[in-house]
Amino acid sequence: MAATANKESETSGQLSGGRLVELYRTMVLSRHLDERVWLLNRQGKAAIAASAQGHEAAQVACIEATDPKKDHYLIYYRQFTAMIALGTEPEEMLRGFLARDGDPMSAARQFPLHGAHPRVDLFNFSNVIATQLPQAAGVALADKLRGKDAVTIVFFGDGAASQGDTHEAMNFAGIHKLPVVFFCENNRYAISVPLSRQMAVESIASRAAGYGFPGVTVDGIDVVAVHEAMTAAVARARAGEGPTLVEVQVERLLPHTTDDDHTRYRTPEDIAQMLERDPIKITAEMLKRRNLITEAEDEQIHSEAKKRVNIATDTVDAEPYPDVGPMFDHVTMASQGRS
Amino acid sequence: MPEMTVIEAVRETMRAEMRRDESIILMGEDVGNRGGVFLASDGFVDEFGEERVIDTPLAESLICGLALGAAVNGMRPVAEIQFADFVWPAINQIVGEAARVRYGTNGAKSAPMTIRIPYGGGVRGGLYHSQSIEVLFAHTPGLTVVAPATPYDAKGLLASAIRADDPVIVLEHKRTYRLIKGEVPDDDYTVPIGKAEIKRPGSDMTIVTYGLMLHYALQAAATAMELGIDVEVVDLRTLRPLDRETIIESVSRTGKVLIVQEDTPAVSISSEVAAIIGEHCFFDLDGPITRLGPPDIPPMPFSPIQEAAFMPSPEKIVSAIEKLAEL
Repeated sequence: MAATANKESETSGQLSGGRLVELYRTMVLSRHLDERVWLLNRQGKAAIAASAQGHEAAQVACIEATDPKKDHYLIYYRQFTAMIALGTEPEEMLRGFLARDGDPMSAARQFPLHGAHPRVDLFNFSNVIATQLPQAAGVALADKLRGKDAVTIVFFGDGAASQGDTHEAMNFAGIHKLPVVFFCENNRYAISVPLSRQMAVESIASRAAGYGFPGVTVDGIDVVAVHEAMTAAVARARAGEGPTLVEVQVERLLPHTTDDDHTRYRTPEDIAQMLERDPIKITAEMLKRRNLITEAEDEQIHSEAKKRVNIATDTVDAEPYPDVGPMFDHVTMASQGRS
Repeated sequence: MPEMTVIEAVRETMRAEMRRDESIILMGEDVGNRGGVFLASDGFVDEFGEERVIDTPLAESLICGLALGAAVNGMRPVAEIQFADFVWPAINQIVGEAARVRYGTNGAKSAPMTIRIPYGGGVRGGLYHSQSIEVLFAHTPGLTVVAPATPYDAKGLLASAIRADDPVIVLEHKRTYRLIKGEVPDDDYTVPIGKAEIKRPGSDMTIVTYGLMLHYALQAAATAMELGIDVEVVDLRTLRPLDRETIIESVSRTGKVLIVQEDTPAVSISSEVAAIIGEHCFFDLDGPITRLGPPDIPPMPFSPIQEAAFMPSPEKIVSAIEKLAEL
């Protein structure tokens, strides 16, 4: 961890300066909206939230390396920034968190970030950890059988790395050289259990060797480095060469969810060190150092994001909850409209 | 009209469906070169290739998660769980995931997948090759569960399952695979999901049953007829959704009911059928709702005398019929 902590990629890879600023803009919008959701939780309006604060750089860089017009995204509950990077409007995000009628993912049947995206092939069926990995292998298998040019990106955390489904999925994807990228956001905590109590090895990526495909570990607060690793992994998948496991080392700046308190299990030193690795701060410094933005422009990016979040909050807060009637819909095709 | 066994009907139906629709793929343990341990996919690799007939690693959760992922991405997978007793590692992908895909995405996604599961005992299968596992699936909103007992129904219900736009569990009783023969038309037909069938009409009482027990019930009914008791036999065929209308109509008409199942009785299909009858046929009943099943112990002992003692049999059913007739 420490060895890679503040190492900055020397090149911008395939990212132009202008694109880097746009990615930063998405990260900042995500941060302000994420903060707002926690506020809404404390106000009693959002029942539950899992934050992506600390994961923003990794998620924007990951999405940037993919093609939303043809790729598939199997997320879990922490891909808040990835959702925004894929064009989800703040209002749409808030409808999920506030369980409003217009929630585009599941019509507020499910927790936020669960269901299916209205425009991109992004979905998240459940809260059960790692179930999306075998499903991702199936999605990729279907593409491979039909010769489709599409890559499946499946997101999971260090916690999911311990599940049997993770092993079963990677093993199968390796055998059949499926066009899938396993994107592991390692924030070193499965709720309260630290990495040292989850596995005897330090690198999750090292496990890829056991499945016959490459695994790389990247500093997840470095937008350029994550983008480079993902670009290589996606290119490999598109070329029919098989899966890659991309492990990004990120920080979980907030507790697991709004129902958690990480001071119960993290030391003050650990928390202080983690805050030093805030990707918003690190990315802003990098952009300023490269003269891609000025201090004033940074302030403007933040104030625009805040304004956008305020508008979305006012809009969605006034919207209704779903009625009882629709809860009987879509159990099965045959049961449609029957209660 | 050709005569087939149940396993032949299963095989020919899958073959015909795969010829008809290229999006149908098979996946499971030993389904490829081995043709499945019961030979349900015998010769399929030669005809359809390894891409459509996929030998998976020994990992049931993977098999069902893989099928689910392929199903939401345009395929119609048919997954085989080698023995019902091995399905438990996959329960999360079936009950937790596949069953809720349509509901949890508000109809945006659906999972047109079939999971074939050989189940049931009386085959010297012991504790881990004999289980009846229908209850958990039949309990789950979002799933459809069929349990054909004859070659004709095996073809018609499997075709319906494969063509359905939601996950369907197809339970095939292992003992019926080669034991039960019947006429199966060559033409393309389906048996509707959710429809029971009166396999033998009668007037004195109704037996409600499914699976291997259908055949034992029909034997018992023939014996009972010699004793002057005219028994109607209803084959549920679909376990979810249950055909309430057929159950209620038959029991209301005969006034007596015996529910026969191979699964242990506590919180089971027979419990649900009894509840339906209790709610809807109360004033038409001429006797208590009765059930015949195995004892409440883990199914089922390997040793032959104990296995026979565990399994319901035509003789046990005749005794239950006689007892109910006297009431």
